[in-house]
Amino acid sequence: MNNPASIPSLTELERTLVNRLQHGIDITPRPFDTLAESLNCTVRDVIESLNSLKEKGILMRFGPLFNAVHLGGEVSLVAMAVPEARFDEVGEVVNSYPEVAHNYAREHTLNMWFVVSSAKPGRIEAVLADIEARTGLRPLNMPKEEEYYVGLYFEV
Amino acid sequence: MSACTSKSDASLSAMDEALIQATQAGLPLSERPFEAVARALGITEDEVCARFERMRREGVVRRIALVPNHYKLGYVANGMSVWDIDDAALPEIAPKIAALPGVSHCYKRPRHLPDWPYNLFAMLHGRDREAVLAQKQEIEALVGPACRASDILFSTRILKKTGFRLSTKGGA
Repeated sequence: MNNPASIPSLTELERTLVNRLQHGIDITPRPFDTLAESLNCTVRDVIESLNSLKEKGILMRFGPLFNAVHLGGEVSLVAMAVPEARFDEVGEVVNSYPEVAHNYAREHTLNMWFVVSSAKPGRIEAVLADIEARTGLRPLNMPKEEEYYVGLYFEV
Repeated sequence: MSACTSKSDASLSAMDEALIQATQAGLPLSERPFEAVARALGITEDEVCARFERMRREGVVRRIALVPNHYKLGYVANGMSVWDIDDAALPEIAPKIAALPGVSHCYKRPRHLPDWPYNLFAMLHGRDREAVLAQKQEIEALVGPACRASDILFSTRILKKTGFRLSTKGGA
């Protein structure tokens, strides 16, 4: 399952950029200038490496990471126990809502886990009520009550 | 600052919203990543930066960063570890769990008794399942007797994965 051969090889600069830039850039018009200086390379080298990382499929996105809740939106994690025989059918119902961004099958009695988000207050409850009416299964709503860390840092 | 047009707590102006809208898909990989968006919105790069910096302080923007495809980096195993921890002990313990390497998201969520006794979620990432299970053991040792029960849920299939649509823009 874990096939090291499928992991693209990285140059030393690419590796450093992946590790450093996950923490964020300085928000200035030329954010890579000081970075290049500290790495003893040119800004061109940095940009070329970033493009190479993109081509290798490693750089998925570069840009601002927003906090949905502070944008006035609501996000919640929802779990459902779905009988195996109905898994695909129920999955289709859940996935049919544009408010459902992610949906994962997991090994547990509660075997379907999805994320619902909306900028409209009260919309999440409405979507969940609708899913329950259509499937006869009760979604367990688990909105976050406290956030301790959102890091998503992967060392390479 | 400019007048607040949004009812959300972060007081976003129409220009902030335009900036969010224009950069949701990401910034160009260039020496001046804010140049294009500044030109498109008719403001200076300095103003773009000042707005992002303010939104960062307010928590609307977490940071401006590179997001890697962690599967391509070899982090192919992920497990959602879940914990039933004494509510009173949570403020002290949860930040310690969150600070461990390999933990990405760490949230307190409501229990749904009797089906779901867990109140703390910590997403664990590793190069294989063994590595993820080892991380969970590390957390068990850290939490000690304050933890009444725990479990780990491995994902078996991605049923849907699309980007969040974060814009607050309604019928403007």
